[in-house]
Amino acid sequence: MSAAANTISEVAESESHHEHQIPFWKKYIFSTDHKVIGVQYGLTSLCFLAFGFFLMMVMRWSIAYPDRPVPVLSDWPWFQSWLDDNGKVTGDLYNMFGAMHGTIMIFLGVVPLGFAAFGNYVMPLQIGAPDMAFPRINMASYWLYVIGGAMMFASFFIPSGAAKAGWTNYSPLATITDHQYGDLFWTGQTQWLVSMVLVISSSLLGSVNVICTIINLRCKGMTWMRMPVFVWATLSTAFILLLAFPPLEAAAILQLVDRMGGTSFFIPTGLNISGMPLDAAGGGSPLLYQHLFWFLAHPEVYVLILPAIGIVAEVIACNTRKPLWGYRTMVYAVLALGFLSFLVWAHHMYMTGMGPAISSFFQTTTVIVSTPSVILVTALLISMWGGSIRFNTAMLFATSFLPMFGIGGLTGLPLAFNIPDLHLHDTYYVIGHFHYVVAPGSIFALFAGVYHWYPKVTGRMMSEKLGLLHFWPSLLFMNGIFAPMLIQGMAGFHRRAFDGGRAYETMSQQVYAEPGSFLAVVAEKLHIIDPHAALTMIDLNVVTSASAWLLAIFQIPFIINVFASAFVGKKVKSDNPWEATTMEWATPTPPPHGNFLTPPVTYRGAYEYSVPGAPRDFTPQFETDAELVAGSEHTDDPDEASVPVH
Amino acid sequence: MIEWINKIFGMHDVASLHGHSGDHMLGVLHWFMLILFIGWSIFLGYVIWRFRRKKSPHANYYGVTSKFPTHIEIGVVIVDGFLLFGFAFPLWAMRTDPGYRPTGDDVVNLRAVGEQYRWNFHYAGQDRAVGLTSYELYSGANPIGLIAEDPNAADDFLSINELVVPVGRPVVVQVTSKDVIHGLAILPMFSQQDALPGAEIPMWFVPDKEGEWNIVCAQLCGAGHAQMVSHVKAVSGEKFDKWLAGQTPLLPKK
Repeated sequence: MSAAANTISEVAESESHHEHQIPFWKKYIFSTDHKVIGVQYGLTSLCFLAFGFFLMMVMRWSIAYPDRPVPVLSDWPWFQSWLDDNGKVTGDLYNMFGAMHGTIMIFLGVVPLGFAAFGNYVMPLQIGAPDMAFPRINMASYWLYVIGGAMMFASFFIPSGAAKAGWTNYSPLATITDHQYGDLFWTGQTQWLVSMVLVISSSLLGSVNVICTIINLRCKGMTWMRMPVFVWATLSTAFILLLAFPPLEAAAILQLVDRMGGTSFFIPTGLNISGMPLDAAGGGSPLLYQHLFWFLAHPEVYVLILPAIGIVAEVIACNTRKPLWGYRTMVYAVLALGFLSFLVWAHHMYMTGMGPAISSFFQTTTVIVSTPSVILVTALLISMWGGSIRFNTAMLFATSFLPMFGIGGLTGLPLAFNIPDLHLHDTYYVIGHFHYVVAPGSIFALFAGVYHWYPKVTGRMMSEKLGLLHFWPSLLFMNGIFAPMLIQGMAGFHRRAFDGGRAYETMSQQVYAEPGSFLAVVAEKLHIIDPHAALTMIDLNVVTSASAWLLAIFQIPFIINVFASAFVGKKVKSDNPWEATTMEWATPTPPPHGNFLTPPVTYRGAYEYSVPGAPRDFTPQFETDAELVAGSEHTDDPDEASVPVH
Repeated sequence: MIEWINKIFGMHDVASLHGHSGDHMLGVLHWFMLILFIGWSIFLGYVIWRFRRKKSPHANYYGVTSKFPTHIEIGVVIVDGFLLFGFAFPLWAMRTDPGYRPTGDDVVNLRAVGEQYRWNFHYAGQDRAVGLTSYELYSGANPIGLIAEDPNAADDFLSINELVVPVGRPVVVQVTSKDVIHGLAILPMFSQQDALPGAEIPMWFVPDKEGEWNIVCAQLCGAGHAQMVSHVKAVSGEKFDKWLAGQTPLLPKK
């Protein structure tokens, strides 16, 4: 550690000396500084999230009103070419948007925002490191992600359009799609595979970097059990990415050679497509692809959720002004989740014809993996007991994460078992379940993180008023979107139908509320159904779609808040505006290249809030006892946050 | 009473024997989930009200010290174990263990062959034995590639997009596909099976209620996926036998 400490001061010194000489493009575009890369990741992934949201809004139009032309977009000439002659969404376009919504939200949105943006910006600061272990690899990781993302985006504009075989990209559908377009390389399916290889490579570089940084670059005194939960979550996530992504990279490459090279890894013998025998050697297995895919894609769920839980833990500890309840248990739960996440993948494949032995194994592991998740949520919930809770916007998002993630987790329970899954597999119940985990779950936690660390990044506060205008409608409409999905799922609505399930009349025409009942009257008032009609299952599509569009509108306050606050937000008075205890608040605001002015030292655990007998209600990791007493006399002095050399 | 909660949440009709035990298990799960969620919500609501800064200006360093959370955690694990050993394992074994699969004289044997975008239901006919098929024989007149030389194939017939099943008799369906992966989801029968090309996977159920419902394609299979609608018709035994007798074999008589 001391070697690292020496280089900190050297780096800090030399960098601050030369800072004015670094040209703009090197400082902000091709930067090797983890903070700049973190912000780059953050902004890029927010753009992708917005784009993925846009795709979904078009899909929701098709689901709610499949017989009406898409408003606004059907007037745009370049968009018209995708729609049918009446300006309506086609099955192909819906599949394309659906596949890309999933891909973009997961691989280009939430993972880069949670793991890469917060992991890059916050994690090195929290362990008192001057930068990531490999700054240039860090930059390479970001730019691979940008290139992969740009290719993914560009694939919309080639003649075939983007990939349209679902985000799961199952063979043989993914392999045989788009063969009518001459050059197979320039089709959406192929571009999807190539972009995925780039994005996965980017994640692999990032994960290696994070693991090395956490193991090697912790500052003096930062023992394992003094690390904040967010750092633990990032470490666990990095191991998941490192071990789970290679199988998908292999699968993508195998599918690529199936498409381009005439092999048959995933193509069985004797396929017959629209009356024509498929020209392929055969002998492959479509199930092999599913195993390789889900071996990544289930651990991927924990990549989406672990950094989110880490962020929520930071925000809750800081704003309840008390230590986390069961810190050690939480750490072990995070590690257990990382490990167990590798043993449950086949619960996505219960319907592929699984016998009693294998399914018993995967049902058991799935139930076991839910235990650490329950422990984490319970620990966070109990942590709030006895606190003095400060409900700023970050805390509101973090608090609402708990019940929302709770619904997501609980609705996973029936899906963990084979028998209920016979009814619920691939229905909207599943869609509701995992969106509760990821949308009002992970994404709310990520919002909390943005509001919480924004003052450290920019030196200015975000507006609380706009924050409230963002939070409350978001909470309402998130539920407006996903709660009806659970009901439709129980009624048998299956996913990936561009007409929202209209063709299946015995499901879609089921009556959910009789005429005159409370729900039917409310639906009448909202003009969802005709007066004195029954509310049927298909009508819930309108509730969901309208909620989605309203949710989009109420993201505008957030976008304004993020950009405007950087210029007009209230300036922070100290380097530690939330009076937090973790190491990142010891840096100047915003942190310079090299982060800490002097080599930081950690003196105690991460969450020493409201320590009995302490002069203040927070006892930072980076202050000695003597400084604590001195600090309590004039807390507003920003210099107090820096630590003298020992 | 236990299944009532599923109805409130929008549960579809159930019309097969094992479907009721599935519905029952789902009901048990939903009650368990509801109790946990309400418990957590009351706790969260109380904490938000009781420990907001205005009402609780000073935090308590120690927080909750009782062992109560651990007990709840252990309780949840016990319920999970009960669900696994009491419901999940035995029920699934009864569905998929070959030893439980009915073989008697009253069994209706058929194959379900998915293709873009329809289901070919290949019935065994009067002899209850399904004829052999080969992908090399696929043609417009013989979409399932039935082999004429196989004696079992003589009375086999095809029902496109319409699955007719008798109430009270076991139906064994071998599910497969000619092109991409489809999913045969017969929701009222509480039955679902992916149709994987290159593999034939059995699924079975015993209808216990007459009626007509949609069969859903449960796996994305291309642009026409949403419109791959077919029907299941559960009819009385006599009606079924009459229907069976009225079908013409797929292959012309030699």
